[in-house]
Amino acid sequence: MSNTPPTPDELPHKHYLNATYGSGIRSWLLTTDHKRIALLYLASVTVFFFIGGVFATMIRIHLLTPRGALVTPETYNKLFTMHGVAMIFFFLIPSIPAVFGNFLIPLMIGAKDLAFPKINLLSWYIYLIGGCFVLYSFGTGGLDTGWTFYTPLSSVYSNSAVTPAVIGIFINGFSSILTGLNFIVTIHTMRAPGMTWFRLPLFVWAHYATSLVMILGTPVVAITLLLAGLERMFHLGFFNPALGGDPILFQHLFWFYSHPAVYIMILPSMGVVSEIIPTFARKPIFGYSFIAGSSIAIAVIGFLVWAHHMFVTGESAYAALTFSFLSYLVAIPSAVKVFNWTSTLYKGSISWDPPMIYALGFIGLFVIGGLTGLFLACLGLDIHIHDTYFVVAHFHYIMVGGAVMGYVGGLHFWWPKITGRLYPRSLSRFAAIILFIGFNLTFFPQFILGYLGMPRRYHTYPPEFQVLNVLSTAGASILALGYLLPMSYLIWSMRYGKVAGPNPWPATGLEWKTDSPPLTENFEVTPEVTWEPYDFKSRPDLGLETGAPLPAPAHGDD
Amino acid sequence: MHRTGELYGQFETLEQQKESATLGMWIFLVTEILFFGGIFLTYAVNRHLYFTAFGVGGNMLDLRLGTINTVVLIASSFTMAMSVWSAQTSQKKWLPIFLVLTLVLGFVFLGIKYVEYKQKFDHHLIPGHAFDLTYRMNHPAPGDDPKELASERKEIEEALATEDPGNPQGGLVALNSHAQLYFSLYFGMTGLHALHMVVGAGLLIWVIKGSLKGRFSASYNTPIEVVGLYWHFIDIVWIYLFALLYLINRHLG
Amino acid sequence: MSEHIVSPKLYVVILFALMLGTFLTVAAAVRDFGPWNIVIALAIATGKATLVILYFMHARYSPKRTQLVIVCSIFWLAILLALTATDYMTRSQRESQIAPPSIFYRA
Repeated sequence: MSNTPPTPDELPHKHYLNATYGSGIRSWLLTTDHKRIALLYLASVTVFFFIGGVFATMIRIHLLTPRGALVTPETYNKLFTMHGVAMIFFFLIPSIPAVFGNFLIPLMIGAKDLAFPKINLLSWYIYLIGGCFVLYSFGTGGLDTGWTFYTPLSSVYSNSAVTPAVIGIFINGFSSILTGLNFIVTIHTMRAPGMTWFRLPLFVWAHYATSLVMILGTPVVAITLLLAGLERMFHLGFFNPALGGDPILFQHLFWFYSHPAVYIMILPSMGVVSEIIPTFARKPIFGYSFIAGSSIAIAVIGFLVWAHHMFVTGESAYAALTFSFLSYLVAIPSAVKVFNWTSTLYKGSISWDPPMIYALGFIGLFVIGGLTGLFLACLGLDIHIHDTYFVVAHFHYIMVGGAVMGYVGGLHFWWPKITGRLYPRSLSRFAAIILFIGFNLTFFPQFILGYLGMPRRYHTYPPEFQVLNVLSTAGASILALGYLLPMSYLIWSMRYGKVAGPNPWPATGLEWKTDSPPLTENFEVTPEVTWEPYDFKSRPDLGLETGAPLPAPAHGDD
Repeated sequence: MHRTGELYGQFETLEQQKESATLGMWIFLVTEILFFGGIFLTYAVNRHLYFTAFGVGGNMLDLRLGTINTVVLIASSFTMAMSVWSAQTSQKKWLPIFLVLTLVLGFVFLGIKYVEYKQKFDHHLIPGHAFDLTYRMNHPAPGDDPKELASERKEIEEALATEDPGNPQGGLVALNSHAQLYFSLYFGMTGLHALHMVVGAGLLIWVIKGSLKGRFSASYNTPIEVVGLYWHFIDIVWIYLFALLYLINRHLG
Repeated sequence: MSEHIVSPKLYVVILFALMLGTFLTVAAAVRDFGPWNIVIALAIATGKATLVILYFMHARYSPKRTQLVIVCSIFWLAILLALTATDYMTRSQRESQIAPPSIFYRA
């Protein structure tokens, strides 16, 4: 018999959710507990995900017919812009770091909280204020410049509510910066005794790399949007050719952040996958130091490739050549990760739990998205497929098939830790499959559409593209179901789910040694780490040792 | 406000707390370097494209006031460093004195900046409808130095010849337009810098209050050190602003 | 962790060095060194900045991690400037002819 402690029948008495200091709602809105702040973020990013999703739904309905089925051309421009702004700045960039990074990093390194808990709370409020400005912009005329705010459309000619949106994104940038700052200092100075750099979970490495990108890139987009906003308000001329300015300069400054921003969106997701795969393959991860190093490499090389977004907008041919070459290089560390995850699966003892299904889905979809990125890095090919649905499909494969799947997978993996409850196993596996099918049906036709020449950001298309567009919209409705199902059963499980116990999977991270849900101060006694990460064979403290049979993952009632 | 040397709950030791605070401030300064870096890049690109207009614009800045401001800020960096030393050696008498000196020098800087901005306003050099590079030479004020005005006139005439060759009317429009780019960047960069100085002044007032209550000593001086780092950074930004805005084409003036 | 306390004497030396640098940079600026003017100005500015970072900000006596943070930030700023320069420095005369504003304005 294994030494796994028996699953308790009820939640622990004291934990961070029922700890009250002051009255109920004040204790949440003025909390400095990283776990509560994570839940505050969970609620806010979900709201923005809904908002972005509503815009996406309207786009797909509109594109059911070649002449447009729903809105005017001007409104269509606003739909795709607001979809992009809401999803990128207010969902994808914060999602995993602000929810799971906040919740888990102190637990994973054995600390009581982050280095600067009050700054953590301030980050959330800054996010909310930025969000309010952007929602105000959405509500008072919308935004029609594209999420990329290219000048001089955004700074001179657009008649939409650009200024409040730009202010909102500027403010939101500081939320990102403060989160990244908090993570870096925490990981450097707050690790428990024995938790050396190479014993850190790969999730922590991924967030360290993400934080580097946050603090180095976000300030540049902040000053860029500030300059574009000033140009709009005071008729200055930095980016306006009529006054001698250069629109390409805006693009350089904008993409210097916005390309590394996509690594902010994907690196945390890769960190989640690096936690899930060894757990459900019951094997240590293959090539730990290579995965850790590749996270840093992606963060660094990611800063060297931004002008591949500008191949056809007017940069010099020599610059285009340089950036094309560098863009091929950035694929290499990502490939290293995929090889290592696959090698981890090889000869592993795979169990098909919901987090594993999401993680495997991530790997497949990320590979497709990443390889199509190489298509785009090729100068000759990019001339034809730039600004077509090929690009749209490429980045949705990575951002939705990659980042969002990692987010939902992480939600399923750590839900028992966060809430102390399990969720129904069969229903959740079904939902994962639905998500995967819906996603592919939505976005694979878009690769074909782009290759055939359908431009992006257009409210109409030639009639011969209708079948593929209808397929894509049909897929989107299935994809929506794939998101609504987990939202429903996860909320259901908070009240009616089976009690999870400290380590239901079981997994080897330090966070699984605490109660589920954990105490406010995380650990009663500061832990001392003497083990290597992902060691499923010699962790007697978790009931995992050589010779003992591997316990099956616990699961909620079906 | 927190009491002297109190350990915050999330830390295990005071040393960990100090290490975190200092590293946190350095990382914040990294974000500031990239923040200013973006506008420095904008300046560099526009200067590359319009070096004539930028030269003319640069020579319209008051070199004397700019140099005085540089000296003032360097002196304030010195007094700030001395404040940190006072805290580290528990000189509770000297600490508020050096901090107040730093604050005073900061206010002198801001005062001189105000004078400069007012000068620009009077000379119609604020970007916008009233911008006119030739205003000063066409409307000399009683106190203006005639040699200075003459060299300015010569410079503008030379610039007009190169801005839009063959189109004398267009030349003035082009020069005004490109010079407005220079002055937009001048106000943008020095304005951003001044805003940071105001924040710095606020931080100084905060630690002055603490130092008057005797809160800082050899065993606890992290806020002084951290405010010092921020203040020195502002000094460094000004050192580069001075070189790039005030000194670029003086040799041609 | 023993804290290295820099002596006031050293601060005074650095203060004088910075003042000297200011004097030199203004003196050089009003003389014609052709294309070298900008080089001299930026070199002196960088020298002054280095002194402030090393001694006033105690970087010389800080842990290696702090020194790495400083070097990395300068490196990243260099990436921003250098790679953008690969575009602007390689544009042909024809490409960089932005129409003079006279087209858009009446004088």
